[in-house]
Formats: sequence, structure tokens, C-alpha cells
Amino acid sequence: MTALSALIRRDIRIALRVGGGALIGVLFFLTVVVLMPFAVGPDLALLSRLGPAILWLGALLASLLTLDRLFMADHEDGSLDLITMSRTPLELACAAKALAHWLAAGLPLIVATPVLGLLLNLDMVATAAVALTLLAGTPALTFTGMIGAALAVTLHRGGLLMAVLVLPLSIPVLIFGVAASQAVIVGPMNFGAPFSILCALSLVSLVIGPFAAAASLRHGLD
Amino acid sequence: MMSLGPYAPFIVTSYAAAALVVVILIGWIVLDYRSQTGRLRELERSGVTRRSARSSTDRP
Amino acid sequence: MSLIDLANPTRFLALSARLLPWLAGATIILLAIGLYQSALAPDDYQQGATVKIMFIHVPNAWLSMFVWGVMSIASLGTLVWRHPLADVAAKAAAPIGASFTFLALLTGSLWGRPMWGTYWEWDARLTSVLILFLMYLGLMALWRAVDDPSRAARAAAVLTLVGAINLPIIKFSVDWWNTLHQPASVMRMGGSTLDKSFLIPLLVMAIAFTLLFVTLHLAAMRNEILRRRVRSLQMMQASRVAFSSELSTGSREENASKGAA
Repeated sequence: MTALSALIRRDIRIALRVGGGALIGVLFFLTVVVLMPFAVGPDLALLSRLGPAILWLGALLASLLTLDRLFMADHEDGSLDLITMSRTPLELACAAKALAHWLAAGLPLIVATPVLGLLLNLDMVATAAVALTLLAGTPALTFTGMIGAALAVTLHRGGLLMAVLVLPLSIPVLIFGVAASQAVIVGPMNFGAPFSILCALSLVSLVIGPFAAAASLRHGLD
Repeated sequence: MMSLGPYAPFIVTSYAAAALVVVILIGWIVLDYRSQTGRLRELERSGVTRRSARSSTDRP
Repeated sequence: MSLIDLANPTRFLALSARLLPWLAGATIILLAIGLYQSALAPDDYQQGATVKIMFIHVPNAWLSMFVWGVMSIASLGTLVWRHPLADVAAKAAAPIGASFTFLALLTGSLWGRPMWGTYWEWDARLTSVLILFLMYLGLMALWRAVDDPSRAARAAAVLTLVGAINLPIIKFSVDWWNTLHQPASVMRMGGSTLDKSFLIPLLVMAIAFTLLFVTLHLAAMRNEILRRRVRSLQMMQASRVAFSSELSTGSREENASKGAA
């Protein structure tokens, strides 16, 4: 337990340092959202209708981009070998790393959501709904993306290949995240059904992600 | 012959596309087989033999 | 251990050489019967002659999922049982599965043009097949990205299994998404019950296409084994050349040092 908490603390500290990618992820999120009006035009009604989709896509891309380095940096300086050799189960270590990554890179995205909602003409309730769905859904993005990060480090390839592999797997999260936020804004649908499925997806990925990532690290690094 | 109705081009195109893709697959596999056996023969002729010390590179 | 490692691919090659002509023959016969029967099948009262597209669309759609299942079992073989042929099977199946998935998409969109009026409708089934196609392409990119086959095999096995777990989730969520966005008036492909005059040709075609896959897969596995053999022989040749040149330079140095002494 102390080993895991030490791992989490270390990863958060690295991510928040100048070289870490956590805050750059927020900046990227902001830039993507600011780019959108230039693509669709400054029509506030249209933007508020597309708002949840834009925010979700931005969060998806931002979490994917920051995940690229999840295992890579540790692999480069050798600490990944220490983690795989240590007595704590690799699955738990992977889960701890993903949790640290989510705390450092996922939570700031959710904190930034109200500001971005303002830019997209979303009202208070809609912004709160999007933030809530992001809070429930981004762990799923982190934990599925971790599989791609583990594959990337064992293959010594990152970037585009990882995105191509991971993005299809995150389609369900995107569908239910956007659907739940749309349900609050326009929908005749109620918020509960898609939101609880979103939570279920997060829980499932919480189980699958660490196991798959640990399997790929264990089989790939030897 | 049967009549295919007003949408004959769609039906014919889909059957032709399926035939084309399957033929491409078969052609690729046959050509691949020829090139691999050819290379293997060439290598064996040049004196590199199988069986000895290939377990380390081929299979983990 | 090493005996099994050596014997298995060789025995497999012999077995496949014996099986392939029979499989190919059976495939051709069944395909001929299926094509004949589907040509004779009556027109649907609603869809007219376009129902004939079903006879190749449905087998391809079935194979697109079946091949992923085969690859998942092969991936279990790679990760759990460490069977030497499992990663060969997984690698050989991916391009074939991608081709069948592509055909399912293509024939589906050609079927949709007369039925829906557009080539592409974000229909739940077509959309999930499209995602499946993307996953096949990603898997093939993964195989291609790495030189070392055994390292690529384990990464691809993890991804295949994760995909196999995720595919039903994706299917479910796409269905859900579709009912949210589409009015119920969209025509469902296939209908609820199939008449016997459609069902029998469809079944024959499905079996014929499955046999076609088995034949192609076996042949592709044979190619893959041969390719690895060529690769290991080339590496041996390269190392032998390097070794002998090292030897000759080493002996020259030795001679030189002797001469100096």
C-alpha cells in the first residue's frame, strides 16, 4: 500500500512539474475548444448545441495525447523495470499509475470545463452536466488509453499508432458521455440511464485496463 | 437468364466486388507462397541450412 | 521442448499441404451450389431483386465477426498456452478478416443505396461493422509496426483480446446511439423472419464463405511459417558472414601480433 501511494505521489509530482505534460493537456483542451468556432462559425446557438460534443472530443484528444508518455518516460529512465520487478502486483502498479495520471491530467480538464462552457454559450446546468459526465467518463478514457500506452512502450512506437488503436475502443464512452449531457440540455431522454451506463463503462475499464496493460508490459518487456 | 430489376447495377457491382476482393486475396497468397518458397530454396542452395540453431531466432 | 517447437510447424506444413486441395475443392463446389441457388431465389416482395445482395453481404458480415473470434482464440493461445503456431494463426487471419469486413461494408452500402436512397446511412449495424473494420486496420498496423514477430505477436494478442471484450460493448452502445438519433421508420435490413427460399441459399453461401476463409487462412499460415523460416535463415546467414569476417580479421591481427613478436 505504501509502495502504491508512493508511486502515485511520485507520478503526480512529475506530471505537475515543468516538463510534465499535465498542464499542457489543459492548454491543448483550451486550444481545441477555441479552434471550434473558427471551423463552424461564431453562431452561438449552434455552438451551444454542439457544446457537449466539442468539450467531449477535446477531453478525449487531450487525455489521449498526454497518455502517450504514461509509461514511456519510466521506460527511458529505467524505473519501469523496477516497477515490473517489484513485489507489488504489476496490475496494481498500473492502476496506481493510471490513477495518478487521471488526478494530474484528467481532473484539471474537468476544472477547466466551466470556463470553456462559457465560451461555448452553455448555461449553468448544461456546464454542470458536461462536467459531471466528464468526471464519470474520463477515468474510462484514461484506463483504456493506458492499454495503448503499454503497447506503445513495448513496441517502441507511440503517437499515431496508439491513437489509431485506442480511439475505436473509446467510442462507447464518447456516445454515452455526450448522450447524457445532451439529455440535460435538449433531450426528452432522462439523464439517469446514459449516465449510469457511463459509470458502468468506467468501472469495467477500471478492471480491464490494468490487467491488459500489465499483460502487455509483462509479455513485452522481457 | 434471371431479371435483376431496376437495381441490376448495384447487384452486379456487389457480386463483382466480392469476386474481385477474393481473387486479390487468393492472388496475394499464391504469389506470397511462390516468393517465400523461392527465397527458401535460394537460401538453402547457398548453403544456409535449417534445423540448426534456429530456435533462438524463430520462436521464443 | 525444442523438438516440439521444431516439429510442430513442419508437421503443420505437411498437414496443410494434404488438406488444402480438399478444402479448396469443397469451397468451390459449395460456392457454385450457393451461387446457383441464390440466382434461382425469388425476388422479395418488398426489396425486389436487391435481396440477392444479401446472399453475399450476410456471409461477409458473419465472417467479419467470426475471424475476430478466431484471432481471439489464437491470442489466448499466444498468451496463455504459448502455442508456437498461435501467433502465426493470428497474424495470417488479420488481413483476410479485414478483406471480408471491407466486403461486408461495401455490399451493405450498395444494398443501402436502393433501399435508403443513400450509399451510407449511420445504421447501427453498418456503423459497428465500420468500427470493426477500423480495429482490423489498427491491428494490421500494429503487426506491421514491429520487426520482431514474437514481440508483435504478444502486443497484438493483448489488443485482440481487449477488442473482443469491447466489441459487444461497442455494438450495444452503437445500437443505443442509433435508436436515440434515428426515427424508427428506418428500414431494418433482412426483416424479421426469412422465408425458406432465402434461408437455404443464405446458409449454403455462409458455409461456403466460411470454408473459403478456412482455406485462405491455412494457406496464409503456411506462407507466414515459410516467411519466418526465410527470416531466420537470413539472420543466420548474416550472422555467419559477420562471424567469419570477424574470424578472419581476428586471425589477421593474431598473425600481425605474432609477426611483431
